[in-house]
This record gives sequence, structure tokens and C-alpha cells, in this order.
Amino acid sequence: MSVKSIMIVGVGGQGTLLASRLLGSALLSQGYDVKVSEVHGMSQRGGAVVTYVKYGENVASPVVRQGEADIILAFELLEAARWFDFLKPEGKLVVNTRQIDPMPVVSGSAVYPEGVLKTLRAAGAAITAIDALPLAEQAGSEKAVNVVLIGAMASQTDLPVEVWQAAIKATVPPKFLEMNLKAFELGFNYKQS
Amino acid sequence: MKELLLGNEAVARGLYEAGCRVVSSYPGTPSTEITERAAEYDAMTVEWAPNEKVAMEVAGGAAIAGARSFCGMKHVGLNVAADPLFTLSYTGVNAGLVIAVADDPGMHSSQNEQDSRHYALASKTMMLEPADSEECLQYTKRAFELSEQFDTPVIVRLTTRISHSRSLTQTGERVDNGLKPYTKDAQKYVMMPAMARPRHAFVEQRILAQTEWAETSPLNTVEYNSKKIGVITSGACYQYAKEALGDKASYLKLGCVDPLPVRLLKDFAMQFEQVYVIEELDDFIETHCAKHGIAVIGKAVFSLLGEYSQSVIAKTILGEEKEFLATDIAVPGRPPVLCTGCPHRGLFYALKKLKVFVSGDIGCYTLAALPPLSMIDTVICMGASVSALHGRNKADPANAKKSVAVIGDSTFIHSGITGLIDIAYNKSDSVVIILDNSITGMTGHQDNPTTGKTIKGEPASAVNLELLVKAVGIERVVVVDPNNLQATENAIRAELEADGPSVVISRRPCALLKYVKHSPALAVDKEKCVACKMCMRIGCPAISFKDGKSSIDPTQCVGCGVCKQLCKFGAIS
Ligand SMILES: Cc1ncc(C[n+]2csc(CCOP(=O)(O)OP(=O)(O)O)c2C)c(N)n1
Repeated sequence: MSVKSIMIVGVGGQGTLLASRLLGSALLSQGYDVKVSEVHGMSQRGGAVVTYVKYGENVASPVVRQGEADIILAFELLEAARWFDFLKPEGKLVVNTRQIDPMPVVSGSAVYPEGVLKTLRAAGAAITAIDALPLAEQAGSEKAVNVVLIGAMASQTDLPVEVWQAAIKATVPPKFLEMNLKAFELGFNYKQS
Repeated sequence: MKELLLGNEAVARGLYEAGCRVVSSYPGTPSTEITERAAEYDAMTVEWAPNEKVAMEVAGGAAIAGARSFCGMKHVGLNVAADPLFTLSYTGVNAGLVIAVADDPGMHSSQNEQDSRHYALASKTMMLEPADSEECLQYTKRAFELSEQFDTPVIVRLTTRISHSRSLTQTGERVDNGLKPYTKDAQKYVMMPAMARPRHAFVEQRILAQTEWAETSPLNTVEYNSKKIGVITSGACYQYAKEALGDKASYLKLGCVDPLPVRLLKDFAMQFEQVYVIEELDDFIETHCAKHGIAVIGKAVFSLLGEYSQSVIAKTILGEEKEFLATDIAVPGRPPVLCTGCPHRGLFYALKKLKVFVSGDIGCYTLAALPPLSMIDTVICMGASVSALHGRNKADPANAKKSVAVIGDSTFIHSGITGLIDIAYNKSDSVVIILDNSITGMTGHQDNPTTGKTIKGEPASAVNLELLVKAVGIERVVVVDPNNLQATENAIRAELEADGPSVVISRRPCALLKYVKHSPALAVDKEKCVACKMCMRIGCPAISFKDGKSSIDPTQCVGCGVCKQLCKFGAIS
């Protein structure tokens, strides 16, 4: 099997690292060779963060570049736009519609672009847009946004749903398991309206 | 068992399995997790040192005492530790001494992009370079054996993509051969001219033996595919090249990047129409090839700057580029910011009001250089804020009363204290502000000698900063709470006006520390808000401007109250 590439992008503090760990452990359980590349440090303080997850028979490079991602999971709308050119033309974008203003927008030296989703759609990408917060609240906590998003992304992969559920069981503390499984399910079953 | 480990975690596991007994490091992205993970094994003594020079001396002393030992650091840390490294090369070791240094091509979190391989060459030691987590573990173990075999410190070179990528790693058991006996041997361990001269001769012989070893070492591997393109590479670049070129090229992968073999390179290069050296940063391997008359293509087509990737290599060598979807969206940058409730914010706002020159240093507070605070004038290296302010004030005494230095608690202990002694000793009219947030923040919350805890979370003695700065000869010492804007501004103004050196300790723990209790979120009274945007001047990520009024995000606000002090209309409560 050829190598598949997934990117998880967002804003430092949004829980993207947990998402990539979950994804890594789900893929591992399927016997794939897996590489996950994270960037720690500076980017954590509310900066743009990106994690690359690659899997297949034999993965060499840990990074993903322009035109290489099969799936991009964006935790924030502007970040989807930032990394959009990394998507394969036939790739899939799963995006949380939440907007978080970066400091240059807050301080007035830049503007948050309008109509991002429309522009990305017009460029020809297959997009699942989802407002994950209400679904996370429905599952029991606003903190479960990342798991709702993983669910939405999982439905775009060819891994069976049980594999994801097992990975969640192996990663989250028992106390929060039920809530996280519920959050995953809401994301997984989400249909673009 | 196979696990998905970070390169850094795999190095830590390698230390454990190799029977390493003493670990002493100073944190620095991307090297920090090696030592954090190592501290989880009770079989090893693992410590944070005040700086890299101390760390390397601790590890060197332990290795001479007969314990396999280690220290880890980021690339610039090796500048600080270069002094012991160069002479430990002469003394050699007793039990193995391994040093990990993590370079940061692309400068994800560093102030420069230096290439540590030059240090191995210059110190005449030895350097291995793993290309994934499995190799991180295996090479770490090999490094101890080589250190003992050749009687030299051995450096394991990492880069951000190796340190911070997870890949499958086979773990094993620990083998601890105990403490090797130490025998007094002044000729080997006392480096003064009479003894060092013969040791230098030993070092030159050692390098010849290591080079001979490198010719046939299984760490340097050849993979034959195409006869057209030959690639000489190492580390992360090997992975990029494999992905870009696959079996369109043959590879010589160098697991040992110093010393480099000669015959092996010649024999390999001879066989191909075109031979590329693919190495990030400097032309280290290429220069070695040129010296030995081996024709290769390197920096003529590849950059000296930044990180490489499979796409850079595919484009350069094959002229291939991937298709992608383009849009014309102007995406604003998203730089990192000071967190909500960060105690550095209030301090820098006070400095902004005072309109001073700020000699800056390295830590979370360096982010205050960015808008809207924009309150740092210079940043060089750890500790330089203090000494560079002294130099500035001597050069331009007329402006000394309008200049300050800022330095974090960890950075002050690392190398600010020596600059402060200089200030006291050489009668400087300088104001130094220590930003004491009770933690090493930037690198992800490590304890340090001021926090009262060891890396393992055990209680330890804590440096008393007030007594320390008094003891070196600074008589004026004041402590302020940076979240009290007016009091902070007043205190700094008073110290600027006073003659002679002063230290201001701006003290409040990092808002992300678990023990810090937060107040309820604040809110803007839309009736009272006149849209003056005063509260936007502090760069708080919880505050934004929506529909003509300021607004505070209740999920982010931790109630620090700094914005409330700025609002003249009482709209924030
Ligand atoms: C020689 C060297 N070693 C390590 C680092 C990595 N580093 C950058 S800032 C920093 C410490 C910051 O801690 P502190 O001074 O307490 O400030 P804070 O981040 O907590 O505000 C470290 C270890 C470096 N840049 N240079």
C-alpha cells in the first residue's frame, strides 16, 4: 500500500497533540508502519500548530509537503486556509468552523479573511465543515471538541470504527471514556447539512 | 516490544538500556524530552543542571569516576559547554560519556541555525547521527561502546524532525555493568601543558583509528539501486531523499558523521554519473569530499538555509513538483503569544509606559518583542541581557537611566548571575529586572535551582534571589508584583532614577502552573465601553474587538485583572 498522509492543524492549546496520538495508536494497531511528526516549543503559546501523521507499509519522511496530504483535519478555519495547498487535489478537508483571531487580527494590523469556506470549496476541495463545539457539549464537555473532530475525520478513512474506539479506550482516562466515545460517535456520524 | 516513540524518548530508552547511571542536562527545544523521559527511570541519577557547561562537567566527572554518563542540550547549549568538551576530548573517559545535541534547521524554536557537526570536527571527538527513533535508541547504545572503545566523548546529533517525530522502536532490557574502577592517572586526567601535549598526540592517533573504523563500520551503509544517481546523506535527509528518489538513486547513508571515511566515499562516488551530497545547513560532508578530491554536487543546488524535505529534493534532482489546490486568501500570520494571565504581560506594559530601552533575553518573555507590546530592543543569547546592558551603559552613560535588562529566573541562574557580578564589580549604573515566574517556562515547565524542586519533583534547596544579588554587591533590591501595574511602574522608575546598580525582582508564578489559583473570568460592560481600545494594548489573547466594543472570551480569561487596571471607564469587572 502506498503511504497515506494526514495533517492535523490548529492553534496551540486546542488539543491537536492528543488527536495525533490517538490517530497514531489507531494506525499502529492495524499493523502499519507509522510516523508522527510534532513541533513542540514556540508554537504552543497560541501559535499555529501542525502535526503530520503518515502510514503505510514503509514510511520514510516524517513530514508532509505541498500537494501531499490525503486528509487535513483543521481545528480552526484560518488554519485550514493556511495549510490548504498541502492537500492533494483529490484530498479531503475536515474543518471545524470555529474562528480564533490571531494576534495581528486582534491588534488590528491584519484582518480575518471573509468567506474562507466558500473560497476553499470553489478551489475544488472535498470539504466536511463542522461546528464541533455544540456536539462536544452534547457529549458532555466542551473539552471533547478534539474527539468530535477525530470522529469526523475517522469517517473519511478506511479504518473500521472499532479500531478508533479501541484507540480511545487505550488513550483516555476511564473517567472520561464514555463522554469521549459519545463525542467520537457524534463526529463520526456527522452529515454535512 | 515495539513502541511508537519520539526520537527523544528513544534516546532516553537507549540510555536506560545501555546502563547509563548519571544524566545531567539543561533544557532546550528540541532536546528537552530526552532528560524528562530519562528521569522516569529510577535506575539512573537524572538531574537538571544550571547550564550546559555544568551539565557536561557533571557527566564528564561521572564518566571518569567509572559510570556511563550522559548530558543533552540544544545546539546553542553546546556553545556554552564547548570548554569542557574540548578538553574532555584530551582526557578521554573511563566509562562511556555520551552527549546529545539537537540542531534546529528551520529554527522552529531557536535564535540561530548553527550546525553542531563542526563541534565534533573541532573537538576531535566523534559524532553519530540517527535517522529515526529506532536508530536513536540503537545509536545511543552504540555511542557508549564507541566512547569506551576509542576513549573519547561521543556526540549523538539530532535535529528537530528526528527528536520530535514518533516512529516504531524496538525496546529491550537494561544491562548495567556497574561502576568501572577508577585509577589515579595524572598523565591522562590532569590537563596542564606537560600532560596535555602527549594527550594531543593521543587524540590525533585516535582520530586516525576512528577514521579507519568508519571505513567499514556497519553504521555507514550502502544501498544499491540506480547506477545514475548516487546520494551521500545522513539523518533526516536520508528519509527525505528515500521518499523523493526511492529506487531512482543509490544511497550511502552515514550513521557516523565525524570522523568521515575516505575510501568508502571514494568507492561509492566513483560508481555513479552524478553524486549528490544531501545535508541540511552547512556543507560539512561536501567539504570533506572536496578535500579528498571526490566530485559531488551539494550546495551548488541545495540551500544553506532552513529545513529540507522530500519535495525540495524531488524538485532539485528530478525537476518534479506536486500538484496542489491554490487560493488567493491572504492568511494572516499566527505568531505565539503570552498566555492569558501571564505575569510577563504586566511587567512589559509598565516598561512601555516608561519608554525605556530593553536589553532582552531568551524565554517566554521574548514574545514581548512582538506587537502590540513591542518592548524588547535586543536579544542575543542566554544571559546576554545583563552583560550587554552593562556594555551599553558604559558606552552611552547619558541613556543609562532610560535602559533596563530583563531576564527570566532560569536564564538568570544559567548565565545572568555572572553579568550581574560584572555590573556590581565595574560600578555600572544599570537596572536589571529578574522575571521570576518560578519555572523554566519556554521549554515547557522544567524545575530549576530557584523553584525548590528537582527534576523528579523532590524537594530541593531554592536559590534566594534577593540574598544572592545582595551578596554579589547590589545594594538596591526590590520585589514587585507585575500584575499591579502602577506599583511596578513606580518601582522601576525609582530604580532608574537612583544612582548605582539595582535589581528589580518581578515575582508572580507562571499562570499555567498547576498550583496557581485563578479568579473568575472578567467581562466588558458594553454600556460603559467607549471603544478606546486601551485594553487591547497588552496583547491578551482573551480580549478582542467585536461589533465596535471590546469583548473578553470567558473560556480563556483567567481573571488576572491587568486589563481592568487599564480601563479608565470602569467597563471591565
Ligand atoms: C544556551 C541555551 N540553552 C537553552 C536554551 C533554550 N531556552 C530558551 S529560553 C530558556 C529558559 C527560559 O526560562 P526562564 O528564563 O525562566 O523564562 P520563562 O520562559 O519562564 O519566562 C531555555 C532553556 C537556549 N536558548 N540557549
